[in-house]
Amino acid sequence: MSMLAIDVEKRLGDFALAARFETAGGVTALFGVSGTGKTTLVNMIAGLIAPDRGSIRLDDTVLFDSAARINVPAHRRRIGYVFQEGRLFPHLSVAANLDYGRRMCGLAGNGAEMARIVDLLDIGHLLARRPGKLSGGERQRVAFGRALLMRPRLLLLDEPLASLDAPRKREILPYLEKLRDEVPMVYVSHHAPELKRIATSVVLLDTGGVAATGGIEVLDAAGELME
Amino acid sequence: MLELSPDEWVAVHLSLKIALVATAVALPFGIALAWLLARKHFWGKALLDGLVHMPLVLPPVVTGYLLLISFGRRGPIGAFLADYFGIVLSFRWTGAALSCGVMGFPLLVRPIRLAIEAIDRKLEDAAATLGADRLWVFLTVTLPLAMPGVIAGMVLCFAKALGEFGATITFVSNIPGETQTISAAIYTFTQIPGGDAAAGRLVLVAVVISLAALIVAEWLARRAGTRFHGE
Repeated sequence: MSMLAIDVEKRLGDFALAARFETAGGVTALFGVSGTGKTTLVNMIAGLIAPDRGSIRLDDTVLFDSAARINVPAHRRRIGYVFQEGRLFPHLSVAANLDYGRRMCGLAGNGAEMARIVDLLDIGHLLARRPGKLSGGERQRVAFGRALLMRPRLLLLDEPLASLDAPRKREILPYLEKLRDEVPMVYVSHHAPELKRIATSVVLLDTGGVAATGGIEVLDAAGELME
Repeated sequence: MLELSPDEWVAVHLSLKIALVATAVALPFGIALAWLLARKHFWGKALLDGLVHMPLVLPPVVTGYLLLISFGRRGPIGAFLADYFGIVLSFRWTGAALSCGVMGFPLLVRPIRLAIEAIDRKLEDAAATLGADRLWVFLTVTLPLAMPGVIAGMVLCFAKALGEFGATITFVSNIPGETQTISAAIYTFTQIPGGDAAAGRLVLVAVVISLAALIVAEWLARRAGTRFHGE
């Protein structure tokens, strides 16, 4: 079964990206140095930008197909997205941030699920606070929870640890490992050690396209390439 | 000496009513237009922007005169409203509210537009990935984050409406009990012998109302501000 099937082309000014790969669930690492279009690719999967040409499928749903003129808007894709900077809503409490996706997707309230995720991420003591009062690590944990509680079909993580220092990264990684069984993920990073702990398969991006795909052994080969 | 006469009370009451109605009616249009100007690129945007700001740069008498010839009983819009909806604006307090709203409109739109332009659009993208369509993104993210600008715009519009004189007196004249606001009443009292005491009382009232509006605005803005940064 192919989970996510991508075949897209996009040109942004001088930058051109042509990427084609399929994933089979689990945690797919999108790995590459900066400027290889990792974020562009993830934004296309989320529906925040449209490819110039090609198609994006998730299970048996066509999310985008330029030939068939299909482009499902972001708010109807049910794809969770954890951004590098968290992007929590500053005017809402942590609890309201967590509940936002459920409300917008029109899902019934589920206190048990909320409690389970809050517990999983250890954010129970933060619920009444505003995002402005959180540390970087706390903010990202809330961002994970917010994305999970909308019951996404796929979770996109765009360098979720990049804004954190080394101790914070170590603090977050165990939580990420726990999330691995919750939902299929596409995990963007240019940090190989982080990916080795999380990823089940790897898509290596080089300037403008896919250089290799495979298991985490691709990271070792790429690591030498990038040193 | 400080006791207001019934006629003076009427002017005060009328002023507040006109300013509140003008601000309340202008607000949805102001928010919509501010969003349009902040976010959209379309043909004639510069023209629309200029049109919104016209009352700020035109002599108020000119704005009042333009309202009179378009919204007066024989004006094209005024005749249409009267014939089809039975709405008459000329020489009525509703007309005063219209002219006050028009004069305050640029002051309403500008802070809201600036506030919307300052919002990090990435937050709106985040809301979209969480399942919010464009209307919900606006209602749950854009508008709450622009709230300090909305409050600032409302206060400026209300203040302008409260003090409006030139356009209003040109459009709806100076009829006690119908269109005579505090400003118009003060003007009238200064034109008649022995009107100084009455004018002075109304001046005092105007100062008190303006100060109160400023204090309320400051309080509201601070509340909206702490909602983002504190608990």
